[in-house]
Amino acid sequence: MIYREAGQYKTTYLNDSQIFPIAQDRVAVALLLVVAFVAIPLFATPYIFSGILIPFLILALATLGLNILTGYAGQISLGTAAFMAVGAFASYNFMLRVPGMPVLLAFVLGGICAALVGILFGLPSLRIRGFYLAASTLATQFFVVWCLTKVPWFTNNSSSGVITAQQVEILGFKFETPQQKYLLVLAVVAVMALLAKNMVRSTVGRSWMAVRDMDVAAEVIGFRIMKSKLTAFAVSSFYCGVAGALYAFCYLGTVEPEAYNLDLSFRILFMVIIGGLGSILGSFLGAGFIVLLPIFLSVVVHYTGLPNSVTSNLELMVFGALIIFFLIVEPHGLARLWQIGKEKLRLWPFPH
Amino acid sequence: MTDARKIGDVILKVDNISLRFGGVKALTDISFDVREHEIRAIIGPNGAGKSSMLNVINGVYTPQEGTITFHGEVRQDMDTHQAAENGIARTFQNIALFTGMTVLDNIMTGRNLKIKSTFIEQAFWFGRARREEIENRKKVEEIIDFLQLQSVRKTPVARLPYGIKKRVELARALAAEPTMLLLDEPMAGMNVEEKQDMCRFVLDTNDQFGTTIVLIEHDMGVVMDISDRVVVLDYGKKIGDGTPNEVRNNPDVIKAYLGAH
Repeated sequence: MIYREAGQYKTTYLNDSQIFPIAQDRVAVALLLVVAFVAIPLFATPYIFSGILIPFLILALATLGLNILTGYAGQISLGTAAFMAVGAFASYNFMLRVPGMPVLLAFVLGGICAALVGILFGLPSLRIRGFYLAASTLATQFFVVWCLTKVPWFTNNSSSGVITAQQVEILGFKFETPQQKYLLVLAVVAVMALLAKNMVRSTVGRSWMAVRDMDVAAEVIGFRIMKSKLTAFAVSSFYCGVAGALYAFCYLGTVEPEAYNLDLSFRILFMVIIGGLGSILGSFLGAGFIVLLPIFLSVVVHYTGLPNSVTSNLELMVFGALIIFFLIVEPHGLARLWQIGKEKLRLWPFPH
Repeated sequence: MTDARKIGDVILKVDNISLRFGGVKALTDISFDVREHEIRAIIGPNGAGKSSMLNVINGVYTPQEGTITFHGEVRQDMDTHQAAENGIARTFQNIALFTGMTVLDNIMTGRNLKIKSTFIEQAFWFGRARREEIENRKKVEEIIDFLQLQSVRKTPVARLPYGIKKRVELARALAAEPTMLLLDEPMAGMNVEEKQDMCRFVLDTNDQFGTTIVLIEHDMGVVMDISDRVVVLDYGKKIGDGTPNEVRNNPDVIKAYLGAH
């Protein structure tokens, strides 16, 4: 992967503000999409779809959502799973109670419900920040799960509190096999990642970063702090809500509110930290890393002949160590490492 | 100083401004005015209330007493957003750039009030959103040319040296096409050459765009050279006001700077 962008001159500002300004990058991304949409569905096994790829993509979407809030807008949140739960249960109820509801519309509406809840629980961010904000979003986490458990209407009076997500069907086409579900999730995630990239390269994204980096200056320039924080909460929660709905409809199938517990919130936060705060690519790298790590470790344990019980403990230890490592050594995560690697390779074999 | 630049009417007038933080009187009964197209300096020893004065003008602080008249509109206090919409831009004493963003993005933030598209249009990068982005980019590029920042256009601000950061901050303020520019110690901590460059940029801004400039500066050489009129503050009170020459010979000002004789 050694290439140089020599000779690629931009003659319009539109060309210069492309997402991938270098031609080789565009080819690489196109290839990646072809592989993801065509090659993988041809060759992958059902286990790879439902055990690795689907959870990876869904968690990457949730990570992207949290990254918008924490990485771009600088507002820390421990309530990611709660927003996912709102998205999932809202989509379920829209499907259940509105006859003929198209499933994609239900996902969008679920996301919008999550966005509204996000705005509501984002209000404290106007007065508090840092640890205190984290504590208040923690309240979101507990409140939403409690609410979904205690109010039977949300789970359609199911006695065990468990719901079964409806069949996903778009224009008469049923998404049943893992492969079909994978393609649906992939399409949703790809489109939403593109939209996120567009937002962060426009004024709305700049307003988030301005508030993150220096809120007084942002205000003096004319950004409205309140609007910018609340749009960050809304957009972030929308992403988490759609991810939550996909998690229920395309991954778990049967869902209880407890599936969206604090543990999941923390996992997604780790993905953001390891992947890279304030990076779209980082969201995917972080999610991929954390989804693949336990699988990798279990393979290692299997071949070294250690007892299986070691795996889960080993996983916790490795996670802990990695998070400390990243916070100290590279707070910008895998995305930054990737960028540094690219810059080095670009010059290689010359020193500078 | 060019003669072509015509100093116009009073556009900003502060009357009897008093600002207190609890028991601390930051400003006491300050009044002065600023005329269109002029360069107005505010000087004074450390802690005299110069930065507080700027913060009152663009609404970061709310004074307990007094009024601010901008373009004929009398206000008890400015609101920061209103100030920005009315064409007041500023730079800060301690550089207040958005460190995680590139130079280009930092300057683009200065154009935010010109962008009308909603975040949903921006998400789809479609129609108005894209058009506005390109139009504003054009304007930003003019400012990049004007302040000679071409070579660092896509560099993250955190990597830049101090002098360039100060210039980027000026660029961000100019991007808003302000009618009045408040500069809080634009030359602090610079060497002679950097100061000369900065002076040139301030004078050119004033000359080419006709921007009214209110400037806080400690370097008396700079103040006396570039400003049309000077206000002197000491312990939150105004002790002098006039042309650089008048101020230089004002006994109160000499006393404040050199101590009692």
